[in-house]
Amino acid sequence: MKICVDLEKCKLHGQCIIAAPKLFGFKDDGSLRWIEQIDATQRQAADEAADVCPEQAIWIED
Amino acid sequence: MAGGALIVGASLSGLRVAEQLRAAGYSGPVTMVGAEQHLPYNRPPLSKDVLLDDGADPLSKLTFSLRPSLNDVTWHLGVPAAAANLNRRTVTLTDGRELPYDVLAIATGLTPRRLPIPGADACRHVVRTIDDAVALKSALVPGAKVVVAGGGFIGCETAASASKRGCDVTIVEPLALPMVRAIGTDLAAAIKEYHQSHGIKFRLQTMINSMITAPADPSQLRAVGLSDGSEIAADLLIEAVGSVCNTNWLGGNGLDLSDGALTDTHMRVEGRPGVTAAGDVARFPNPRYGAMPRRIEHWAIPGQTAKRAAQSMFAHLNDAVPDGKIFDPIPTFWSDQFDIRLQSVGMPAIGDRTEILDGALENLGKQESGVAMGYFLNDALIGVISIGVPAAKLSGYRAMLG
Repeated sequence: MKICVDLEKCKLHGQCIIAAPKLFGFKDDGSLRWIEQIDATQRQAADEAADVCPEQAIWIED
Repeated sequence: MAGGALIVGASLSGLRVAEQLRAAGYSGPVTMVGAEQHLPYNRPPLSKDVLLDDGADPLSKLTFSLRPSLNDVTWHLGVPAAAANLNRRTVTLTDGRELPYDVLAIATGLTPRRLPIPGADACRHVVRTIDDAVALKSALVPGAKVVVAGGGFIGCETAASASKRGCDVTIVEPLALPMVRAIGTDLAAAIKEYHQSHGIKFRLQTMINSMITAPADPSQLRAVGLSDGSEIAADLLIEAVGSVCNTNWLGGNGLDLSDGALTDTHMRVEGRPGVTAAGDVARFPNPRYGAMPRRIEHWAIPGQTAKRAAQSMFAHLNDAVPDGKIFDPIPTFWSDQFDIRLQSVGMPAIGDRTEILDGALENLGKQESGVAMGYFLNDALIGVISIGVPAAKLSGYRAMLG
């Protein structure tokens, strides 16, 4: 499965990084980085990151 | 199992309770009751994007995507709850239908408070629902004279949006500065100047005490009268003077409803282990900030309290004890006003002193580095509010709060 982020919507609130620090982070230039391909054991953390995004810019594709 | 899980309130909190019940392993019936006719949608854009975008169907962009685990949920939308009988475990809707339950979540949220002054009904607005925002947007025509009652976050955000649409905007606030109780004097003063530099006018330490209406039509506003005796010409009034909790339907059950629904640390209402509350309406203790229970009207709270509430409901259905893990979420909020975004972490409102941690307050929104204000209680850092600080730094501030 895959984590998708709509970077047009993303306003860098950083809530996903708080919820799932192993999957999301900031690059040195301040932009968002994330792990795209995840396995089932990472699904819950990915869902939590998607839930807490104030812009609802994150979704998971199976 | 007669009724399964009943969730009263079909906004973010109710949605998250339903999702988290499923995530916990609950496979029984889930019923959602919503006062609005819409599926759960995201409210923060109502005071910003929805007022500024002229695209059709703003709701389609805001509606939360529903997880497949909620495909079998029964929705009662556009029918608020009228009453509850917690002994019989039933909730009655305004259309007379009675819904039984095994476990109940209270997620009915808030209704905007209105100024207790009659008149000018056709020209008075609030911003809580999509219908409110769509109605307000149509009134925000260039040149319109807009008075905003209340200089809190909703008032300031809405004022900025109205100004961006070309309206002539005045904020009327009883306190000495906008948002001062939430963000403190120094930052509030800087943001006030920032708003003024964008053309927003302020009338502080005064209150609206009359609607001055058209002689031929008392539903049409001409001006508002202030407690200092002056008047402000107005085509429309936006009332952003706080909220009241939607708990009337719970009356008669012996609950503490003095300020929302009081819960324990497991989001359960007193004496009712199968009944929980979540979101804006829940008053819960956070051991991080002492024993006093508080309601917190931030966007992240529904997700956090809903998860806790769902775990308690699931435990109750299984005659189990809920997770003993300490529940002490660090609150966060943000507010977009013109081109600045305030980002808050922790509980700045209960601090007793402030100190700039980074940057400077001058030329807010213009300097590169931005500003970060620390809020201290008894010399311990308890909250940080930043504006224009690089995103990567924010997690560092959060870490400083422990």
